[in-house]
Amino acid sequence: MNTSLTVLIAEDSSADRLLLSSIVQLQGHNVLLAANGAEAVALFARERPQLVLMDAVMPVMDGFEAARQIKALAGEVLVPIIFLTSLNQADALARSLEVGGDDVLSKPYNPMLLAAKITVMDRMRRLQETVLQQRDQIARHNDYLLNEQRVAKAVFDRVAHAGCLSAPNISYLQSPYALFNGDLLLAAYTPTGDTHLLLADFTGHGLPAAIGAMPLAEVFYSMTAKGYGLAEMLREMNAKLQGILPVDMFCCATVLCVSAQRRSVEVWNGGMPDGYLQARATGQRRALTSQHLPLGILRAEAFDHSTRVWPMLPGDQLFLLTDGVIDTSGPDEQLFGVERLQQVLDANRQPHMLIAEVEQALHDFQGHSRDDVSMVQITSQLPQPLDVPVMPYSDSDQCSPLDWSASFEFRGATLQRFNPLPYLLQLLMEVHGLRARGAVIHAVLSELYSNALEHGVLGLDSRLKRDARGFARYYQLRNERLAALRSGFVRVRVQVEPVPRGGRLLLQVDDSGEGFDVATVLSRPLDLNRLSGRGVSLVRQLCPAAQWSADGRSATVEFSWEALA
Amino acid sequence: MSDIHMDPKVVSALRDVMEGGFEDLLDTFLSDSEERLDQLRSTHEAHDLSLVAHSFKGSSSNMGAIRLAHLCGLLEERAQKKPLAGIKELVVKIDDEYQMVRRLYRAERQRFNPSNFASG
Repeated sequence: MNTSLTVLIAEDSSADRLLLSSIVQLQGHNVLLAANGAEAVALFARERPQLVLMDAVMPVMDGFEAARQIKALAGEVLVPIIFLTSLNQADALARSLEVGGDDVLSKPYNPMLLAAKITVMDRMRRLQETVLQQRDQIARHNDYLLNEQRVAKAVFDRVAHAGCLSAPNISYLQSPYALFNGDLLLAAYTPTGDTHLLLADFTGHGLPAAIGAMPLAEVFYSMTAKGYGLAEMLREMNAKLQGILPVDMFCCATVLCVSAQRRSVEVWNGGMPDGYLQARATGQRRALTSQHLPLGILRAEAFDHSTRVWPMLPGDQLFLLTDGVIDTSGPDEQLFGVERLQQVLDANRQPHMLIAEVEQALHDFQGHSRDDVSMVQITSQLPQPLDVPVMPYSDSDQCSPLDWSASFEFRGATLQRFNPLPYLLQLLMEVHGLRARGAVIHAVLSELYSNALEHGVLGLDSRLKRDARGFARYYQLRNERLAALRSGFVRVRVQVEPVPRGGRLLLQVDDSGEGFDVATVLSRPLDLNRLSGRGVSLVRQLCPAAQWSADGRSATVEFSWEALA
Repeated sequence: MSDIHMDPKVVSALRDVMEGGFEDLLDTFLSDSEERLDQLRSTHEAHDLSLVAHSFKGSSSNMGAIRLAHLCGLLEERAQKKPLAGIKELVVKIDDEYQMVRRLYRAERQRFNPSNFASG
C-alpha cells in the first residue's frame, strides 16, 4: 500500500532540489523544501513531515547537525532521515548513520531506488508507530492492573489488620504485596483469650493467588470469634477452598492456637516448611513438620484435621516462615536451605532480633533483598485480663431471655466430632447481662467441658502433662481414645433466672467418668504455672464460686449480674 | 564522444521524471553552475573550495555531466590535500568543461522546445 507522505527535502543545490522534489512528487508524496540545515529544522518544527531527505553538505547548518536536531525534536516518533550524498567514502556514510540517519542515497539519483527506500522507511515508521501504540496500551493496562492491585490490597489490608497482628507478642515480616505472592498472615484472639494464627501460601502469583485469601480470612475471623477450635475451622477452610479453587490451585498453611492459659500450642501444618518452637528454659528447638496435604485438595471425607499439641510456656518462641526463605537461591543456583536457616536460629541470642537476622542472612546469601518471603514469630504471653470488647447489639433489653433453663447431653459419637461450645456460648450471649463477661464465661465453660471430656469420659490423667514428653503423650492418647470412644456422655445444664435488680446464671457440667478426689485437688494452692491439673486452677481463678460434687463428676459455676439502669 | 559531457540516457530519464519541468531544471542547473564557477574562481580558502566542488560534483552527476562531475571530484580531493597544488589548473579545466556542457544542454533544451527558447 502506498500512502501519501509529507517529505522534507533539504538540499542547497537548487537543481538537485528541483529534481528531487519532482521525483518525490511523481511518486505521490507532498514535499517541503529547504535550502540549508537551519531552514530544514525550522520547517520540520512547524510542519512535522513524516520523512526527511537531507543533503549532508550544506551552508549555514550542515545536514549532520540538522539531522541531530530533527531527531531530538521528533522524540520517540520515528522520522526516517535519508542522507543524500555524492560521496561514497565509508566515514561519511558512517557519520550519516551515527547522527541518526536511517539510510543513504547517493548521487546521481536513481528514482526507482529512491521510491524503494521511501517505501521501506515508511514501513519502519509505521512499525515504530505500532510499537509505540502497543507500548502505550500495555502501559495503560499495567496502570489499570496496578490500580486494581492497590484497591484489592487496600481492601485486604483492612481485613488482615482486623485481627491482632499488631499484638505485642507477635512480630512479622511481610512484603507490602505479599498478598500477590500468595502469602497470607492472619491472627485473632479467641473468646477465651487464646491466639489463633495462620500463615498460608497459595500456589501461583498475582490476583489469582490473592483471591482465595478473602474466603480464608472470612472463615478464620468469624469462626475464631465464635469460639470454634482449630479442627472445625480447618474443616471449614478446606471445604471452602476445595469448593472454590481451581484444581491446580491449593493453599499450604500452618494454623496455630497459642494458649497462654493452658501453656500449650496446638499446631496443624499442611504443606508448609517446618516451623520452630523454641523453649526458653531448655533451649530446645522442636520442628513443627507438615503432617498433612495443603488446604483445598482433599474432599471433606478424606480431610484430616488432627492437630498436635506441644507445651508452650511464657517466653517460648514460635517461628513460622514461607518456602521463599529456604528456596532463596544464591549466586551459584544453590538454595539457602534448612541447614543455613537452622544455623541462623542457633546463632540467635535475642529472640526479637530473629526475623531481622534471617532477613540479613538471606540478603547476604543472595546478594540482594527478597520481597516475597513471609515470616512470623509469636511468643506465649501470660494471660491478659479477659476484657474482650463487648459487641454492641442493636436490640434493646426487651428481647433478652431472663428466666429459662436448658439441658444438653452429648454422647459417644457426638463427642468425637462435634464442638458444642460455640453454640452454647451464642445461646448465653442472648442474655444481655452476660455479654460483658462473655470471655470469662467462655473460658470457664471451655475448661469445664474439656475437663469433663478428657479427664472424665476419656479417663486421661492430667498428671501426664507434668513434663513436655508426657504432654505430647497426653494429646496422643486423647486422640486415640476419642477415636475409639463408643459410650459416655457430657451433660451441660444451663439455668438463667432473674434476681432483684439483675440476674444469675448457673452452669453445671457432668460427665460419665470416674470422677476425682475433689478434696485433694482443691487443697492444692492455686498455681497457674503447673502444666498439669490446670483446668481446676483456672476455673477457680476465673470463677471463685466454682464447686465440685464430692465424687468429682459434676462441676457448678455461677455468674450474676446487675441490670443496667 | 560527447557522451562524457552529457550522458543522453541520463538526460532522457530526467525528461521523463521532470515531465513539463525539464526546461526549468536545465535553466536552474545552468544558473546554479555559473554561480558555483564564480565561487570556484574567487575562493582562496581550501575548505570552502572543497565544499563548493562537492556540491558542484553532486548536481553535475545528477544531470549526467559525467566529466564535469569527475573534474569537480578531483578538485574536491585536491583541495583537501596538502600541499595545495594544481588547484588553479583544475579550476580552468572545470571552466572549459562547463563551457562545453553549457553548449550541449542549451542545444538539448532548444531541441525539444525551440519556441520557448526563442522567447527566453
